[in-house]
Formats: sequence, C-alpha cells, structure tokens
Amino acid sequence: MIEGDDQQKPDIAKQLADRMVERDDVDVVTGIIWSNLALALMPSLERAEVFFLSPNAGPSQLAGKQCNPFFFGVAYQNDGQHEAMGQHMQSQGIKRAYLMAPNYPAGKDALTGVKRFFKGEVAGEVYTAVGQLDYAAELAQLRAAAPDGVYIFYPGGMGINFVKQFEQAGLKGKVPLFGPGFSFSEDSLPAIGDAALGVMNTAQWSGDIDNPQNRKFVQGFEAAYDRLPSVYAAQAYDTALLLDSAVRKTGGKLEDKDALRAALKAAEFKSIRGDFKFNANHFPIQDYYLREVVKDDKGRLTNVIRGTVFEDHADPYAAECRM
Amino acid sequence: MNTLLLVEQGLNGLQLGVMLFLMAAGLTLVFGIMDMINLAHGSFYMIGAYLTATFAPLLDSFVLGVLVALPLAALVGMAVEMVALRTLYRREHLDQVLATFGLILFFNELVRIVWGPQAIFLSPPAWLGGTVEIIPGVPYPAFRLAIIGVGLAVACFLYLLITRTRTGMLIRAGASNREMLGALGVDVKRLYTLVFGLGAALAALAGAMAGPILAVQVGMGESVLILTFVVIVIGGLGSVRGALVGALLVGMVDTMARALLPTLLRAVMPPSQADGMGASLASMTIYILMAAVLAWKPRGLFPAHA
Repeated sequence: MIEGDDQQKPDIAKQLADRMVERDDVDVVTGIIWSNLALALMPSLERAEVFFLSPNAGPSQLAGKQCNPFFFGVAYQNDGQHEAMGQHMQSQGIKRAYLMAPNYPAGKDALTGVKRFFKGEVAGEVYTAVGQLDYAAELAQLRAAAPDGVYIFYPGGMGINFVKQFEQAGLKGKVPLFGPGFSFSEDSLPAIGDAALGVMNTAQWSGDIDNPQNRKFVQGFEAAYDRLPSVYAAQAYDTALLLDSAVRKTGGKLEDKDALRAALKAAEFKSIRGDFKFNANHFPIQDYYLREVVKDDKGRLTNVIRGTVFEDHADPYAAECRM
Repeated sequence: MNTLLLVEQGLNGLQLGVMLFLMAAGLTLVFGIMDMINLAHGSFYMIGAYLTATFAPLLDSFVLGVLVALPLAALVGMAVEMVALRTLYRREHLDQVLATFGLILFFNELVRIVWGPQAIFLSPPAWLGGTVEIIPGVPYPAFRLAIIGVGLAVACFLYLLITRTRTGMLIRAGASNREMLGALGVDVKRLYTLVFGLGAALAALAGAMAGPILAVQVGMGESVLILTFVVIVIGGLGSVRGALVGALLVGMVDTMARALLPTLLRAVMPPSQADGMGASLASMTIYILMAAVLAWKPRGLFPAHA
C-alpha cells in the first residue's frame, strides 16, 4: 500500500497518481475526497489502465458523457443525497423552500439535485462565497423571507458555522432545516454541538443500519479510534470490501484488466449499507435513508434512521453513458 | 427590503467590522512600529480560539477561558518574536513574507498534532446563548451584541493606551524613529516584544470571540487574514485609527452587498441568474472598495507616516 497526500490540490493529485502508476506500478488507486481532484487524475489512470475506486467523489461528468471503464464510484453519484432530500421535502408538503449553497459548481449541482424532486415554490436560492465564515447577513434575509423549510448544502467548516449561527439567530425550531448527510456526519457533529439536534438529513448509510457487517464495522471503528464512524469512513470501508471481493474473485491476477473490471462490477461483497449494486455507468444503485441527528446513550451526537426515501435509486446521468 | 431588516444588517456589519478591527489593530501596530509584515498573525487568531476551546470547558466558564487564553497567546506571540522574527526586522519585506508564511504552516501542523485534525466545539456562555430583541421585531443574537461591545471597548482601550500613556508615547515614537528612540535609552528590543505580544493577544481575542460562532479548526486564521489585510490597506498601514475606520467600512460594505445585491439584481434579471451573479458580485465588492480607496488615496485613508 502506497500513500500520498493530495493536499486538496488537483495538480498534486495528478502528480501523485502519475508517480504511483509509473514508478510504483500500482494496480488500483483510491481515496480521493474531492470531485475536481478525481476528474484531474482520471486521464492519467485511464491511459495507464489503472482502476480508480472512488470512496466519495462522484461527479456527474464521470456518471454521464465522460463515464470511464476504469472508474468506479463506490459512494454515490454526487446528486444522490440532494435528490433524496428534495423528495423528502416534497413528500412533507413543504410549499415554499429556501435553498442555500456555496457559489461553485458542486453548489449549483446540489441545488439542481434538490429541485429535480422538490416541485414547490423556491422562495430564495442563495449562493454564498466559497469558504464564507459568517452567515449573519444571509440569516437575516432568510428570517425575512419566512419559508416553510430551508435546505443547505454546506460541506466541512461552512456547514459547522452555518448551523451554529442558525441556532444563535433563534431560527432553530421556527424554520425546519434540511441538508445532505455528509453535512451532518459524525466527524463534524461534535463541532456543531447541540445546534444540530433534530436536523433531518439524507444519506445512503447510517450507523444504526441493522446488518452483521455494519455492526462489526461500527464496533470495530469505535474500538480503534474511540469515536463514532462517519459516512466517509463507511464509504471507505465499503471500498475496501469491494476491492477485497474483486481480488479474491480474480484469484489475485490483477494484470487481467477485463477480469478485474468484471469482478469489480459484480460487487460480490456484503455492503454495510445494505442493498448495493453497480449501474451500467459504474455508479451505485442503492437506498437512501432519512436520518435525524440525536444523542446516543453516551451523550454523543449521531444519526438514526427515520425512514427510507428512495429504494434502489439510480442516478439520472446513466443514460448518457456509453461504455 | 424593510427598515427592520436594514437595521439588523447594519448590526451585522458593525459586528463583522469590530471583529476585523481586533485582527487589524495588532497587525497594523506591528507593521507600523517594526516595519514587519507578519502573515502568521492569523495563527494567533487560531491559537486564541483553540486555547479558549480548551480552557472554557475545563474552567466551566467561557469568560474565564478567554482570560486564561489571552495571556498564553501573548506569551506564544512574544516567544515567536524572540525566537524567529527578531532576526527579520532588517531584512526585506519579501523575506518576512516567506518566513512568516512558513510560520503559518508550522502552527497549522502544531495545532493538528496537539488538538487533532477535527474541528472542535466551543459554545457561547449560557447567558449569551439566546437572542435579544433590541427593537421590536428584530431578534438579534446576544453573543454578537457582546462582540460589538467588546470590540468597541478594545478600540477605546487602544486609543487611551496610545494617546494617553507612556507606553503609547514610546509606541508612537518607535513608529516614527526607532534609532532616535534607542539613542534616548529606551530598550527598543523589549518594546518590540511587548507590542508583538499585545498584537498576538488582540488576534487571540478575535479568535476566542469567533470560536462560538465559527468552527474552531486548523487553518481558520487564513481566510480572516486576507480580509484583515484589505482592512489595513484601506485604513492606511501602521495606523490604529485607520484600522478602525477600515474595519467598520469593510464590515458594513461586505454585509450590505451580500444582503442587497441579489435583491437589487432580481429587479433587472431572472431570479436564478440574479442570485448567482449577486453572490459573485458581493464577494468582489470589498476588493472594488479597496481599489477605489487606493485610487483616491494611494496610501490608505489614514497612513501612519504621512
């Protein structure tokens, strides 16, 4: 196993991939979080006929027109969680929704995903600067607009800041807050604090999914790291299980690219998220759950499942994929 | 856009302004007196937030946590001055930029080693957790009001310190002619160290106050540092009064642009386009403001060595 730190920079990710392919002669690359990085290193990997198993990034380009025989998106197509929440907000009978995201491609994609299933009135579609820290101005506008619900797509620190300030502005409990699961994952919940309690979010995995492999994963993770696993950890674990299944199936002969691809596509492993199989574009067909942020018996913030929004959901780009 | 909303946005602008002032005051003091560009100023902001997030739960009080964190951050600042920066005063600005950029990387890694990569939680004190209805119909977060109060109090304190005390006199003298000050028998080295400690403590105070609103995480100082530089360039390098005016101006313009531009653009173009474009324009406004101010007054509004 050869590791490298991409530093969230596309050029560094590409250099690392080139080095792993040319000097280290690797068979499989995995581990990128960001979509722009995944897009940057695919040309090198395809040229070298090396597989990329994405444990998070699932950009629409790679799901549709630019789908790639050497790419497997193990987590989700990026729109999935947003689509699921759009569907939930629609089924909740929300009439006027307020949508917020950072002003960059993934932000626009996220809100497009919500609107694909939410058919009510959009009371406001607000784009903020990427990396913005303070949302006071936007929260004042939000209060004045008085919507029935607000959907936020704010990854990382932006989400932590927004949810804390949302509570401090006295909006919590007045306007229901919805978001994608990764904004309320167990790695950021401790930093958000009780402001996150009761927020509804959608994800393809949750710590309380009841199957033996998931129980084993959650217990093992907690024992090893003394904290609760997040969706990112779960996705990475599934990626490892997938790779394990493919290596076993090919009997370790990874030089035969077609056999390895067939083995990966078969995805004969017990996913900790329950139902999972690959679509023709190498993206998952899977369930999406509605989760609520609660406190567990040790007082830690975590998510529990409150329902299933989509069963066997496939992404909308698969039809454009020719492979 | 009604009046109440405008009042609320005005408060938001004021609050952002005083936060930026806490950062800019220290940075501009250090520049004005030592002629030193210190990119690592944001690291003291981060250290202030982390120390507060560590001590506030231990002492079971946010205020006590801040009171412990500030002197510690000042000590860190003074240590950095003595160990690393002292050798850089006579070097060119480019050398200082490179060295202090190295310090940013050093402090980010240090924080990652000590506190871990995950963001940590810091809550406002319970009595400032809710909202206050300043005028009927405008509930405003109590903690943000407290930030405005603390920021204005610090501005008064700095004004008195610089204009009315012997230390302030030395600081002003050091800014205009350090050779002469040394010749008069003042320990300039010690003065620099003290001023640097004061600057670090101000940045740490900004970080401590930001902690309960924002995420306490590695690298949190960098994004605020860029805004801080905009503030001191607008206000005039080396001037505390300029830092105050610049900070309030930037805070107000940034907040108002984010609140008003999308609404204004909606009047002339379809909503979805207006929202995206409004956001892009809003994030540019402070740089446009900076360009306008510099075109009018190339050395900022209140340059120290005019």
